Amino acid sequence: MSAGQPLSASKGRQAADRICEKGPPRTPGARLSVESMANLFVEDSQVAQARELASRITEPVLGFISQHTTVSIERTVLRLYGLSGAGPRGVPLVNTLVDRLHAAGVLDRGAAWWLGRALRMGANSPLDAVEKLIALPLERLDPPTAEEDGAIRELMRKETRAAVDELLRRCEQRDALKKELGTAKAPLRYVIVATGNIFDDVEQAKAAAQAGADIIAVIRSTAQSLLDYVPHGATTEGYGGTYATQENFRIMREALDEESKRLGRYIHLTNYSSGLCMSEIAFAAAWERLDMLLNDAMYGILFRDINMQRTFIDQYFSRRICALTGIIINTGEDNYVTTADAFDAAYTVVASEFINEAFGKRAGLKDWQLGIGLAYELDPALPQTFLLELGQAMLVRRCFPDAPLKYMPPTKHKSGDIFWSHAYDLMADIVAKWTGQGIHLLGMMTEAMHTPLMMDRYVALKGAGYVYRAFDGIADEFVLKPDGVIAGRARKVFGEAMELLEEVEKTGLMPAIGKARFGDIARTETGGKGLEGVLGKGEHYFNPFLEILEGRSPKA
Amino acid sequence: MSETKAKQIIRPYGDRMDDGIVQTAFVLPVPPSEKAKEAARLFMKKMGFVDAKVATMERAAENYSFFVVYGRSSHSIDYGEIDVPEVIIKKMGRVQLNEWIGKTIGRRLVVLGACTGTDSHTVGIDAIMNMKGFDGDFGLERYPMFDARNLGAQVPNEELIAKAKAANADAILVSQIVTQRDVHLDNSRDFIQKAKDAGIYGKTILLLGGPRIDHKLALELGFEAGFGPGSKASDVANYIAHAVAEKAK
Repeated sequence: MSAGQPLSASKGRQAADRICEKGPPRTPGARLSVESMANLFVEDSQVAQARELASRITEPVLGFISQHTTVSIERTVLRLYGLSGAGPRGVPLVNTLVDRLHAAGVLDRGAAWWLGRALRMGANSPLDAVEKLIALPLERLDPPTAEEDGAIRELMRKETRAAVDELLRRCEQRDALKKELGTAKAPLRYVIVATGNIFDDVEQAKAAAQAGADIIAVIRSTAQSLLDYVPHGATTEGYGGTYATQENFRIMREALDEESKRLGRYIHLTNYSSGLCMSEIAFAAAWERLDMLLNDAMYGILFRDINMQRTFIDQYFSRRICALTGIIINTGEDNYVTTADAFDAAYTVVASEFINEAFGKRAGLKDWQLGIGLAYELDPALPQTFLLELGQAMLVRRCFPDAPLKYMPPTKHKSGDIFWSHAYDLMADIVAKWTGQGIHLLGMMTEAMHTPLMMDRYVALKGAGYVYRAFDGIADEFVLKPDGVIAGRARKVFGEAMELLEEVEKTGLMPAIGKARFGDIARTETGGKGLEGVLGKGEHYFNPFLEILEGRSPKA
Repeated sequence: MSETKAKQIIRPYGDRMDDGIVQTAFVLPVPPSEKAKEAARLFMKKMGFVDAKVATMERAAENYSFFVVYGRSSHSIDYGEIDVPEVIIKKMGRVQLNEWIGKTIGRRLVVLGACTGTDSHTVGIDAIMNMKGFDGDFGLERYPMFDARNLGAQVPNEELIAKAKAANADAILVSQIVTQRDVHLDNSRDFIQKAKDAGIYGKTILLLGGPRIDHKLALELGFEAGFGPGSKASDVANYIAHAVAEKAK
């Protein structure tokens, strides 16, 4: 849809619930037969108790979330009406308008309401409405009559319904292609491209797909997470990665559609719904038919020093979008064991996974959409690390039997000895296969050196292919020793995770983060970046997109 | 100096002295074929290899071939002629060093560190500064005689310098991990310029570290020393303590 055109009336399509009800063709996360390891570690009642604790931990945060919005959420709502353009100096229009509304102190009514008001005042398109709103003395406008207020809401609900129908129609196209072509058997092989230039990325992504990759992640330019706007257009310059823009998403997804058809196998695309623009990225990704997004309830707080209020509010809205549009999220617990010691901090991964799941479920995500993160990061100088890693990964599989799970390769202890590094990665490949990971980020032998070269990806895909073939069926062949190293490790990590969940349930999640209980990193409620973009919802707050996302849209 | 050094001619060692054997891996942007294999051999020849042996040619993608090729190099190096400065560290253990600082300098040493610029990777600076350290070598925070403050990642150069100045820091550690398009070099030069502008250059000990950093590069960029891969917190601690003592003389 073009923002310069009049908004189209609802075509009467009622697509809203279609995707989230059925789910797309089930892709990653082939359910592993866990009989061989279940209950050796922990009882069902204990897992249920962990879930209950996580639910109680997230409850007060959800209360806070429901009373607040952010500049990024309001910009996302505007993007839904096709306002994806940028003004002079590349400033996105949605930033210009939301900043104007925020400065005038009227954003607490919701950006959609203001757009509706301008349309009711004679603007003939969303773009025209933006121009009128920027020019108007918003602070001095008389409040509308109750009747007019009702008319604004009615208009915007209708327009929102039409826009969401269009969004879902696009996601259905994605799912139809996925169903038609089919996907590889789990674990899906996930590799990254990161040239900085979207057109070079396309070439690398196609080559990776030809070599056997199932998921392409376009790594973002370093520090994009700290930008309080989404850059505009196709980009060819980036540091350590390529800017996430809606146009870049479109270019890559179209190239992968073409490549998928050629190869007769659906190739997934993922990007990063993290940082200060979680929900805007989620929207742009859904619109451009991406399949997955890295999206974590706490990652931005801990590893990017983004304000925790901002992150909690933003993650909810972004996950609501993922839930509706059938995007699979990947959580970032692997990061905990790169900053903290992987042996000592293994339990924080598991505790955080339960918390991420609880936040995800409350945002409407289904099990098949939860790519719960974990990593192979124990110091390889220690004895028995393969057994310990296997125990940890089996534990996560046991706790989240219906989630795809996302396995991350070693990074922290990687070395410039690429031959050793390749062998090290293969150990992680074995654990990924054994424990039925849905999504497997393949380790690169040059991890310690540079963003992957084409040959690095080729060698990793070849190695993983061999391991998947060779270890097929391994999980069904072994019954673990109840008192062995693997089961013992799983029980120990789970026990410690329970203790942490109990502690966090008592102290509260925000204070626990303040005490560096996750990733060895302490953050305060009012510290970090982006707090100025958080605001309380006003008495008359209106967000028709959220109404649909939460399934409480009044029937027209 | 150089005239005192004897000639020492060396070549890569594969199976026998002076055989010059080198293993290479690369991709050529053409599909695998006998012609592609010949291209790989010719490419090796142009690089000065004799007896290039293509160990494997594989289809890395439709239009790309992956090669592993062995060759014998016709080149040699006079080892005696090479002049590379190395960080000279008189190394003491953690306990011993703390006692030594107490006796020799008589106060805690203030060290600020960060991964500066747009780089978001804390792994290097964490390994050196955080309590835990790396590979069993405890970080500077574990040294009672160091007041070590790790500011984390994505810290602007000016902010690190301003904070170091305010804290009257003895040393500043700059970590640079991301090297795409040489951003680490640009940022390091920017740091040195800002240190000069702030008037701390030549006073505060300025150290650079990262996976693609070596001592020679750090010196060229204007730092006092550089710490590359494999450097430990104990190396940095010893260097700083001795440099501070030296400056006090």
